[in-house]
Amino acid sequence: MPASQYQPPKTAHAKYILRLADNALVLGQRLSEMCGHAPEMELDIALTNLALDLIGQARLLYTHVLTLEPLAPNPDILAMTRPLGHYTNCLLVARPNTDFAHIVLRQYLFSSMQKYQYEALLDSQDKALSAIVEKSLKEIAYHIRFAKTWVLRLGDGTEESHERMADALDYMWRFSGEMWEKDAVLEETVKQGLSADFTLQKDKWLKENKELLQEAGGLAIPDVGRMIMGGYQGEHDEHLGHILKDLQYMQLKYPNMEW
Amino acid sequence: MSENWPLWEVFMRSKNGLAHKHAGSVHAQDAETAILSARDLYTRRGEAASLWVVRSEHIIASDPASSGELFDPADDKIYRHPTFYKVPDGVKNM
Repeated sequence: MPASQYQPPKTAHAKYILRLADNALVLGQRLSEMCGHAPEMELDIALTNLALDLIGQARLLYTHVLTLEPLAPNPDILAMTRPLGHYTNCLLVARPNTDFAHIVLRQYLFSSMQKYQYEALLDSQDKALSAIVEKSLKEIAYHIRFAKTWVLRLGDGTEESHERMADALDYMWRFSGEMWEKDAVLEETVKQGLSADFTLQKDKWLKENKELLQEAGGLAIPDVGRMIMGGYQGEHDEHLGHILKDLQYMQLKYPNMEW
Repeated sequence: MSENWPLWEVFMRSKNGLAHKHAGSVHAQDAETAILSARDLYTRRGEAASLWVVRSEHIIASDPASSGELFDPADDKIYRHPTFYKVPDGVKNM
């Protein structure tokens, strides 16, 4: 087994960018799993387009973070060979593709947060980062539009579609809190002028969600007891493991492979 | 494909173009999802500046069997054709 060519980030700056990149990569990978398996042909193209947007964002972010710290020899090795505990995506993006309701709700919860997260970077001290973010925001606007459209149609659709959306909400909501936590990494990033504090928008985001869910057949935010956290700190459940077994296979079996 | 997913025709105006051209079709439930699907399917290669979607059932096409009576008479009337006018230099898009 070759020695890992990865070393973990030391600065909050690099940690934060890695978090954004890992979110995009893992969600992109989940969406890619739907290639050839979506309910309709149009939706197959839609989901894979979303996946490509996210993987593109991930690639730009991985490339950029390597200019700050030498975490790995190249973006491929950084993206595809780390041990499980060194991925710093939130738990939400690793949720499985249980059904189309789960897929679109996961997308809506993530992308609507990502919009605030990225807007907070537009005035960053890191100019290269704000350029990446500015370009990505147009893609994110489309992701929100797509996801919202389907959350509404499924929630306010048939009895079955409403039930599936309600189940998805019941499952997914407990993973939404993590995205809005102001942890030490984000706090340091804000202090250094790299990001504004996007978590201040949380109430606005909650209000948008409540309104959307109400319109989606009268759904309400469930009482989940407690939010499940830990992804940003590298504490993952088995779902990321399943994702990584596909994501990492080629790079681990054929190190430094190129197409 | 149930009656919940009717067919729509997609027309696209490219960034360099002046008119919407027929690009293909999509199945969709309503106008919003038709636009989203048309965007996803037909604008990947960066050509589009505008999209129209129309329910296929709202397009009435001329019957090919009637092409003779509809179109042939115009071919003989060359005095109507716009081929005798000399376009002055500097006039674009004629």
